[in-house]
Amino acid sequence: MNEELRNHIINLLNKGVRLDGRKPLEYRKPVDIKYDFSKSAEGSARVQIGETVVIAGVKLATQEPYPDSPEEGCLMVNAELLPISNPEFETGPPGIDAIEISRVVDRGIRESKAIDMKKLCVEKGEKVWSVMIDICPLNDAGNLFDISALSALAALKNTKFPKTDKEGTIDYKNKTDKSLSLDKQTVSVTVCKIGDHLIVDPITEEEKVIDARMTIATDQNQNLCAMQKGGDSPLTEEEISKMVDIGVKKCDELRKAL
Amino acid sequence: MSKLLTKDKEVVVPGEHLAEGMDYLPGAGTYREGEKIISSVLGLTRIEGRAIKLIPLSGKYLPKRGDMIIGRVFEIAFSGWRIDTESAYQAMLNMREATSDFIPKGANLTKYFDFGDYIVCKITNVTSQNLIDITMKGPGLRKLKGGRVIKVNCHKVPRIIGKKGSMVSMIKKATDCKIIVGQNGVIWLQGEDPKMELLAVKTIKKIEKEAHINGLTDRIKKYLEKETGKKIETDRGEQ
Amino acid sequence: MAYEKRLDGRKLDETRPIEAKTGVIERADGSAMFKIGDTIAYAAVYGPRELYPRFMQDPEKGIIRVNYNMMPFSGSGDRIRPGPNRRAKEISMVIEKALLSVVDLDKFPNSVVDIFIELPQTDAGTRCAGICASAMALADAGIVMKDLVSSVAVGSVDSTVVADLSYDEEAYDGVVSDIPIAILPNTEEIVLLQMDGEISKENLLKAVKLGKKVCKDIYKIQKKAIKEKYELKGESKKESASSGKGGDKNE
Repeated sequence: MNEELRNHIINLLNKGVRLDGRKPLEYRKPVDIKYDFSKSAEGSARVQIGETVVIAGVKLATQEPYPDSPEEGCLMVNAELLPISNPEFETGPPGIDAIEISRVVDRGIRESKAIDMKKLCVEKGEKVWSVMIDICPLNDAGNLFDISALSALAALKNTKFPKTDKEGTIDYKNKTDKSLSLDKQTVSVTVCKIGDHLIVDPITEEEKVIDARMTIATDQNQNLCAMQKGGDSPLTEEEISKMVDIGVKKCDELRKAL
Repeated sequence: MSKLLTKDKEVVVPGEHLAEGMDYLPGAGTYREGEKIISSVLGLTRIEGRAIKLIPLSGKYLPKRGDMIIGRVFEIAFSGWRIDTESAYQAMLNMREATSDFIPKGANLTKYFDFGDYIVCKITNVTSQNLIDITMKGPGLRKLKGGRVIKVNCHKVPRIIGKKGSMVSMIKKATDCKIIVGQNGVIWLQGEDPKMELLAVKTIKKIEKEAHINGLTDRIKKYLEKETGKKIETDRGEQ
Repeated sequence: MAYEKRLDGRKLDETRPIEAKTGVIERADGSAMFKIGDTIAYAAVYGPRELYPRFMQDPEKGIIRVNYNMMPFSGSGDRIRPGPNRRAKEISMVIEKALLSVVDLDKFPNSVVDIFIELPQTDAGTRCAGICASAMALADAGIVMKDLVSSVAVGSVDSTVVADLSYDEEAYDGVVSDIPIAILPNTEEIVLLQMDGEISKENLLKAVKLGKKVCKDIYKIQKKAIKEKYELKGESKKESASSGKGGDKNE
């Protein structure tokens, strides 16, 4: 950790500004979403906030349901920290940082019941659709957590079922008009604590010096759907209360971009 | 017959034919293949008499003896500190070169330079394998306290500094910031007013982007005047 | 039956629409995007940087390392499991050899230049698009190179030689051959050639000749795209134009 950088960031925050001139609770602008970025996916989106760029794609396939939920489809979220996006990322299987992003995005979508999993059932106990979301950052200039979650939801929103023939074989080259039944617009916002200050949408330099972070996922009704505390420092109840307020408000702002 | 196939100050990519015939001489960033002179790097052409050379537009810093650079401490070794130089190679700061104070055997070296600290240092030696030795002994060489560090394309450093330091002193004057420019493209800035510090960063980024285009000094002067609302005096006498 | 009219109506020697741009990945030392038809390749260059593990270092010169990867949703069928597979490893290797023939890393012993290629969407010709993007990204990163590298897939469909096969053409119900090639535009030397399918020697040579011609057109697009990054846009351009002829001589 660079103490001098941390002190400088705190000094600036004491004056109410950040390294790039933003206010503490200001997101980078604009939030740019391009849908249908990958035609080979059933749904996809490219999301850019500041210099951070993430591409998410959805593939659909049929499979046997899990025995404990014979009428429900399956969901899988996978984020990779691709070495193309950051000089510090290495090739190889996902490390704990990538796994954490996958799990937090997964919980947000799953626990908010964003997708009606029952509608993914083709034949009870025999065959259901599985929804596989892959999140691929192209340039990491900070805040992969929130931008990954946003790109995943944007890709789901863009998803169309592929055609299937009588035997149920999928024709990936042709899509139907049928969208996923997306009941919730779940997005997440990570509130970061640096010294006594709270900020959102950190850039790379800020990410290096945060004490603690809290990711808050909400749906459009401001229900909290998933949370994750990260970072090395503890948080007080008061701080968590503040972070939730900020998170809920900022999620609403971010959702408008969808 | 020799023939020039480019003109001065053109952007060329690797592999472009710049001239034909033996009357022209290949300079830096070019090579000769038979009769032809060909570019070997993305750069701006400079034609000086019969010599054709290229000013590279991008690329990693190549350490040179005598350069003042800004590095970051990333490892503490037995006899000194390992410094990240923003090049393909790390530098070694030996205890003997770190301070004029006596460092006792077994001392806690983090007391002098800790992990993550940025230092202004000078390259004293570069071996054929690019092992870099640096020193902290010399005017202005020190550990950086406070402020922020930004990284720019090292090939733009001469333009950021300007002739006899004219560009950087113009930015310093306009924004009231302290600025140190390392030859390796690492720049340290510190200002009392956060807005002015940010303006200094933006100005440097603008120079980095537009360094190869004519009229840079005037353009930067106008930009600073517009952003600060102040008239900027430049030392025209120098030119 | 001869294949005279192409499935998508293109001329025999015509490529699909091409878009190219450099400087697309801000954190990289050099980067480029190359799109041909529905195939999109991004390439980022990091380095020269320190190479570990140490035993891989070459004390004479720097090395290059290519990592080709299709995003899991970018294939024409099922989701592709992430991570290296045999196909990706082989393609990375042949791209590496093609690029190695132009880069000069003599000044950077013991170091590595990493090239990462990512494909978010594909429709045939991925390694060729990857090579075109990589060559542009290397130039963008300021790597010393004796030339660029340009690449395209050629081949034959029912004995008709065509350029830049689409996925539908590769899958055409007939005798098809697919020949990705890469050349050095200056010398026309061939630095990558692979073939699968069935083709006569006569048509192979015809296809290679066509490939060279098409690569030279692609080269022009690459060259233009690399330079475009250094053209001024908008306000600064006006300022530059109005700031007089003198320019400044401080270098």
